[in-house]
Amino acid sequence: MLGVAAIRRPRTPSGWIVPGLLAACCVFLLVGSLSSSLFAQQTVSGLANGGIYASLGVALVLIYRATQVINFSQGALATFTTYVAWQLMSWGLGYWPAFVLTLGIAFVGGIAVELVAIRPVERRGNVLTVVIASIGVLILVEGAVGWIWGSEVKFMPSAFPARAIHVGGVAFSLQDLGTIGVSIAAVVVLWALFQFTKVGLAMRAAALRPEAARLVGVRVSWMLSLGWGLAAVLGAVAGMMAAASPSVLLQPSMMDGVLIYAFAAAVLGGLESAAGAVVGGLAIGALLNLLGSYVSWVTPQLLLPAAFVLMLVVLLVKPSGLFGRTQVRRV
Amino acid sequence: MPPLLALRDVEARYGPLRALHGVTLEVEEGEIVALLGANGAGKTTTLRAVSGTVRRGGRVELAGRPLAREGPETVARLGVAHVPEGRGTFSELTVWENLRLGAITRRGRLDGDLRRVLGFFPWLDGRRNQQAGTLSGGEQQMLALARAMMQRPRLLLVDEPSLGLAPLVVAEIFRIIRELNEREGTTVLLVEQNARHSLAVAHRAYVLETGRVAFGAPTEELARNESIRKSYLGY
Repeated sequence: MLGVAAIRRPRTPSGWIVPGLLAACCVFLLVGSLSSSLFAQQTVSGLANGGIYASLGVALVLIYRATQVINFSQGALATFTTYVAWQLMSWGLGYWPAFVLTLGIAFVGGIAVELVAIRPVERRGNVLTVVIASIGVLILVEGAVGWIWGSEVKFMPSAFPARAIHVGGVAFSLQDLGTIGVSIAAVVVLWALFQFTKVGLAMRAAALRPEAARLVGVRVSWMLSLGWGLAAVLGAVAGMMAAASPSVLLQPSMMDGVLIYAFAAAVLGGLESAAGAVVGGLAIGALLNLLGSYVSWVTPQLLLPAAFVLMLVVLLVKPSGLFGRTQVRRV
Repeated sequence: MPPLLALRDVEARYGPLRALHGVTLEVEEGEIVALLGANGAGKTTTLRAVSGTVRRGGRVELAGRPLAREGPETVARLGVAHVPEGRGTFSELTVWENLRLGAITRRGRLDGDLRRVLGFFPWLDGRRNQQAGTLSGGEQQMLALARAMMQRPRLLLVDEPSLGLAPLVVAEIFRIIRELNEREGTTVLLVEQNARHSLAVAHRAYVLETGRVAFGAPTEELARNESIRKSYLGY
């Protein structure tokens, strides 16, 4: 009755498909990169895009887990904070001070949006009204960006020198490597916050079982606000990295496409799993970039639809995503 | 000194449905009090009215302090631990994380509390990193109690701890509740279908009938009175 029962995960044949797929993907990228320097370069710059998708994807997962709602305004908020960073730099602040200050502003801003726009409609307890509110925030924030900063493209400085380092005859751009590093670091810091701190535990409890969390004294509504703040911070990281990349540039609509890729990343990971969104983001970034550079008829215009198709396929075939949690439960 | 918990004409409703029609009862510091009654008599709702998981009318006082609009997170911070029906265990989290959540509102180290709680549930020690959802039903119920103890409650509300559990496990759980009361002086308000078990552990009991207190008495008295036993307690 109280004996230690051995807990074993049931190993179904389909349990091997996902790890197998991921392993095959890694082998493909590795072998390709070792055999062709162009392939290696394209992989790394794809992974840099993927890092951006991953951090925005994790922001989506964060809010989805707490409220079961996709935050459509995540991209617009990221754009706004990126403009804030640009503004701070154009006032003469260095890149990293502006970066850190922007993260702080994003945190406060995310909390403010939750308090002002989301919480009042969330009380009604209807998911659809929250979704509509988030679309409202998207329109409002995007409008505000255009109104304040205008719609012409601005030049966003980068934290990393526009040089390349050569490893075994392959030139890797420091910009790409830096982007990968910063986005992964942001996600890892966030993960550590959730896994190892008291407030992280309280946030997880509030997201998993709000009623039970309140019974132990967790202020669940504060935890939701905090979640919005952290999601906005991740979005700001993604935005600042994206704006410095030559394929995006700083403009009011810069995160629209990125948001779709981030959706696809989050869906690929099962929407509930932050690790899944990271893997999904990196995979989508790398594979789409390779697709675009190796398949002649795949023009850049086709990449966004490709991400959409991927998302649809995942939703149809395996809605729980690559990392959808299968749990052993006894009642 | 006011009683630790006092309810005066407490009412509660779920939408249009009234579940409590004026419940009046008291729980003194250090007591175990059982709430008995048929299904739908309002036992669970009474506990929920105390912890604030249902909107309450009438007066609820905790050690003389009136609870009006206070929600569950505030009541928990005032020293009330509620182990709800279905246990409220976080099945996706580990055993250790569940225990930590019990003390989430407190600062400082938890070593002392952990040692205290492991004194009651020594088997938990080796299974800190196990996912709580993989524990058996009885183990999850004990984990829920252990989490409540981490809260260092002045008042422990326990709802149907025996639900769906094997008789031996149930006996163990009631033994622990009694021990907790004797060793630490924790006051307990207990809802339990199984009158035999609850009368064995409680000092006093109230019998609820359709949202009202039909009567309350020390448990020996209830057990002695055959007509009450037959008509209300069913044994």
